[in-house]
Amino acid sequence: MAFAEYPLGQPQADAPRLPLLVRLHDWVVTVDHKRLGIMYICTGLLFFAVAGLQASIMRWQLAFPHHDVVSPAVFNRLFTMHGTTMVFLVGMPIILGLANYLIPLMIGARDLAFPRLNAFGFWLSLFGGVLLYFSYLGGEGLTGAGTAPDVGWFAYAPLTERAFSRGHSTDYWILSLLVTGIGSVATSINIVTTVFCMRCKGMTLARMPLFVWLLLVVAGMILFAMPPLTAAQLMLLLDRYLGARFFDTQAGGSAVLWQHFFWIFGHPEVYILMLPGFAAASEIIPVFSRKPMFGYAAMVGATLAIAFISMGVWAHHMFTVGMSTMANTFFAASTMLIAVPTGIKIFNWLATMYGGKIRFATPMLFCIGFLFQFLCAGLTGIMLAAPPFDWQLSDSYFVVAHFHYVLIGGLLFTIFAAIYYWFPKATGRMLSETLGRWHFWLLVIGFNLTFGPQHIAGVLGMPRRIYTYAPGRGWELWNLLSSIGVALQALAVLFFVWNVIRALRQGPPAGDDPWDAWTLEWTTTSPPPEYNFETLPEVQSRRPLWDLKHPHDPDWRHE
Amino acid sequence: MDRPVHLTNIFDPVSTPAQAILELSWLVLWICAGIFVIVVGLLTYILIRFRRRRADTEEPPQVYGSNQIELAWTVIPLLTVVVLFLVTARTIRAVQSVVLPADALQVTIVGHQWWWEIRYPALGIVTANEVHVPVSDQAQRQPTLLKLASVDVAHSFWVPRLAGKTDVIPNRDNHMWIEPFETGLYLGQCAEYCGTQHANMLLRVMVHTRSDFERWVAAQQQPPVRDPSVQAGRDLFQTTACVNCHTVRETVANGTFGPDLSHLMSRATLGASMVDNTLHNLQAWMRNPQHLKPGNLMPDMKLTPQELEHIVAYLATLK
Amino acid sequence: MINVTARTSHAEPTEEALPSRGRVGMFCLIATEAALFSIFVVAYLFYIGKSLSGPYPAQVLEVPILPTICLLASSATIMLAERALRQGYGVRFSGWWLLTIVLGGAFLRATAVEWRHLMVTHHLTISTNLFGTTFYSLVGFHAVHVTVGLILLTLVLILSVCGYVTQAQSERVAALSLYWHFVDVVWIVVFLVVYIIGR
Repeated sequence: MAFAEYPLGQPQADAPRLPLLVRLHDWVVTVDHKRLGIMYICTGLLFFAVAGLQASIMRWQLAFPHHDVVSPAVFNRLFTMHGTTMVFLVGMPIILGLANYLIPLMIGARDLAFPRLNAFGFWLSLFGGVLLYFSYLGGEGLTGAGTAPDVGWFAYAPLTERAFSRGHSTDYWILSLLVTGIGSVATSINIVTTVFCMRCKGMTLARMPLFVWLLLVVAGMILFAMPPLTAAQLMLLLDRYLGARFFDTQAGGSAVLWQHFFWIFGHPEVYILMLPGFAAASEIIPVFSRKPMFGYAAMVGATLAIAFISMGVWAHHMFTVGMSTMANTFFAASTMLIAVPTGIKIFNWLATMYGGKIRFATPMLFCIGFLFQFLCAGLTGIMLAAPPFDWQLSDSYFVVAHFHYVLIGGLLFTIFAAIYYWFPKATGRMLSETLGRWHFWLLVIGFNLTFGPQHIAGVLGMPRRIYTYAPGRGWELWNLLSSIGVALQALAVLFFVWNVIRALRQGPPAGDDPWDAWTLEWTTTSPPPEYNFETLPEVQSRRPLWDLKHPHDPDWRHE
Repeated sequence: MDRPVHLTNIFDPVSTPAQAILELSWLVLWICAGIFVIVVGLLTYILIRFRRRRADTEEPPQVYGSNQIELAWTVIPLLTVVVLFLVTARTIRAVQSVVLPADALQVTIVGHQWWWEIRYPALGIVTANEVHVPVSDQAQRQPTLLKLASVDVAHSFWVPRLAGKTDVIPNRDNHMWIEPFETGLYLGQCAEYCGTQHANMLLRVMVHTRSDFERWVAAQQQPPVRDPSVQAGRDLFQTTACVNCHTVRETVANGTFGPDLSHLMSRATLGASMVDNTLHNLQAWMRNPQHLKPGNLMPDMKLTPQELEHIVAYLATLK
Repeated sequence: MINVTARTSHAEPTEEALPSRGRVGMFCLIATEAALFSIFVVAYLFYIGKSLSGPYPAQVLEVPILPTICLLASSATIMLAERALRQGYGVRFSGWWLLTIVLGGAFLRATAVEWRHLMVTHHLTISTNLFGTTFYSLVGFHAVHVTVGLILLTLVLILSVCGYVTQAQSERVAALSLYWHFVDVVWIVVFLVVYIIGR
């Protein structure tokens, strides 16, 4: 196939439109992985807007010392809901949605292993989200304890015990996450089973796209990492309702035990969130560098190493709790160790681009932004991995900056890359490159303007989760800059929304393979038919389309 | 409120543990800076050198990997991590495993929602939100051992220029130490979200010369002032619910839920450093504590203006 | 749409039979449930000896030998049921399957009796002390899984009696038995932790 501009196909003939109610009903009862995937992603993006609004209000409150935009109680609910929403109602649905949509297409299957379980998982996730937000209406309790939960997204005990958290707001936090957690586990079982049992002929594990490999590992991690949170939440529920003593410090219970259980979940969780971003980057960077992924086996190995080590680093969130020297030293070692496979991945991406012919289409722009920002995130992570340094930086705005560099600078950027890359496949329409560039540059500038200065605020002693601060601490300038960046980020997101709406209405037709890519999803139509493939494919290498396009130099000669 | 600028920069330590942390931090920062320069440099080079030129439709040479390169960029980072780890382990021990001399000053910090109780068990002193310690010097080392306890939820004691933070957790005995080598006022605050007024649980650590410290101790050890001109206020105080939460030594007030008021006026601030300790602010606080610090655990005592005047007049004598 | 199929036979032989979906799915469920139980076990172990007041395990716990034998025997009977079904003996399958349910039911009843005794005679509840908290939550959590298992087993029994469970279904029945075996293995762990180590 000649490498010209992106080859655009013919627009699909318009079928007669079914009545709206019928179309809605089809979506509600669907078990089709593609539709569920889209619903997952749309749910995630919707909650993203909500959580973004919450963040904007917080940044407005913190733009000036002793600012009076919201009361302390409202602010505390805002940061709790912002964190909980972003992790559980934005991050998880979007990554599971991407997995849902792409995995069967990439392995040459017609659907996931358990389509009805898939639907169940989605609706549970959505219900959990609605339940969390219902707390604004239903969470009213005694002594003005408030409506939405206000205990922070990691809900440390004993602040969450009945004595200190009156009313039902904390219960909504617990119950909604129990529900979404079950949904996540259900989908993970589905993903693991699908990848092990439904690959097309010729696709050994070593020939799967890296996206599938990484999401398989992520699904496995969810299976092991989600239960500690579920267990801890059940324990907390027993404490609050049946008078159990798990975290009741007056009865000899341990507040630190909650922290251990939470972070045994919480640390793998952040890798669960980030690895799908790596997965998308591992598909996009090769295509736009026009070279195969450098070091496929090393990438798989590094992923497995990250997954394994990530189960043993959790207490680096607890360096200030007063653990023994031995414990602090062990967790410092494991945390620093995990930097090695992560670094290997970054080097492999760079090596993929090296010697290539880089196209700066929007998906690639976002991946480049990701590389730079994730590097920064990783480096601040190394700083935090050293317990003495962490004794100063922990629970300060330095940590806030660090994890936003991971989750926005890393994950969100790769999610946008993934959307720009696979939107044409899912909808049959191309997004606008011009609007994409506006989106990208506004986001890069806004994001770095918001979170860069927060490193400095942290170093100057500003703790996190404070609704206000006094003048004269040297924090004013950094907070103001940080808040200004929000406007740019919001503008960027508006450009994205406009891009999507415009493309859906009048975007140019995409054709099967607009990016001249190499994996199986590009062999079928855009959007794919419900059955995905007319005949199930049979592959001989990692890049079946490359083999077809280059019959004189197929991949299987080199693998 | 006209406050001078008080930076609490972790890169400006005035105490031994904070200094040890800074030394490690420099190493970490240099290593990270080096990695940053290399990777960003590489990335920039790649983006410029390997851009697709217009109308270039040929695919570049397809390179699948290289075991040697993989080995190289596994081993080198691993070695870097090992070095970093060893230095880190040493610093952990230097700060955590220190055995303080038997004559080190011992202070017990008790975290409450949303104020700090400060006790000097050996000296018989109880105060709130301000920690006074003597300065240390090479000739006469004078570190201070802080024992950390909480009566309710998890807090964290953080005074950046003096030491890293240590959490203050109920049913757990934590301790930390400071050894300031410069006199002055050092600010800090609670660094573990503990509820509504977490943001206003500030700390003031005053490092004195030895003689100043002794003077402060002596003043604090004095019984509370008994000024006959405020008898009305004292009587009112002692017959109101105030005594259930607050202590004024040598009176019937022996509550421990709220701060000890024996030497209230010796402190610089009210409400855990929210406002300066002036008569005006004391009146505002007494009139309605919820107005100044909404959500704090002191209820509105619903005093009549006359009662208010008497009690404030009394409290104002507790220097 | 492009059809991607093998052109030449240069390719290596592909993996032959991919594992069955039901089995893999059940293994995943077992893995996640094992992680869940592990946390309750860790909490139990962590809080051994930390109760501020009684009653204490050694005072009130009696080792449940008979219920344990019942539950472990039910693992054997379910294996026999599975084998019968695979060989096509529907009635024999139903018989062994029923016996499994009865044994499981006996275990649950014994648990209920034990709990009643603890609560009424020894006044040990979930809120009494750390022992009560960890005991009832761990043993209770296991009992919930036994209950769920019994419900599913009963459903299959009803279907079997109505003639719907045939030799062709043996793979599905095997997946359910896997769950039952898991419940038994968890009991072994709980038994060791609560009645041997913790006492």
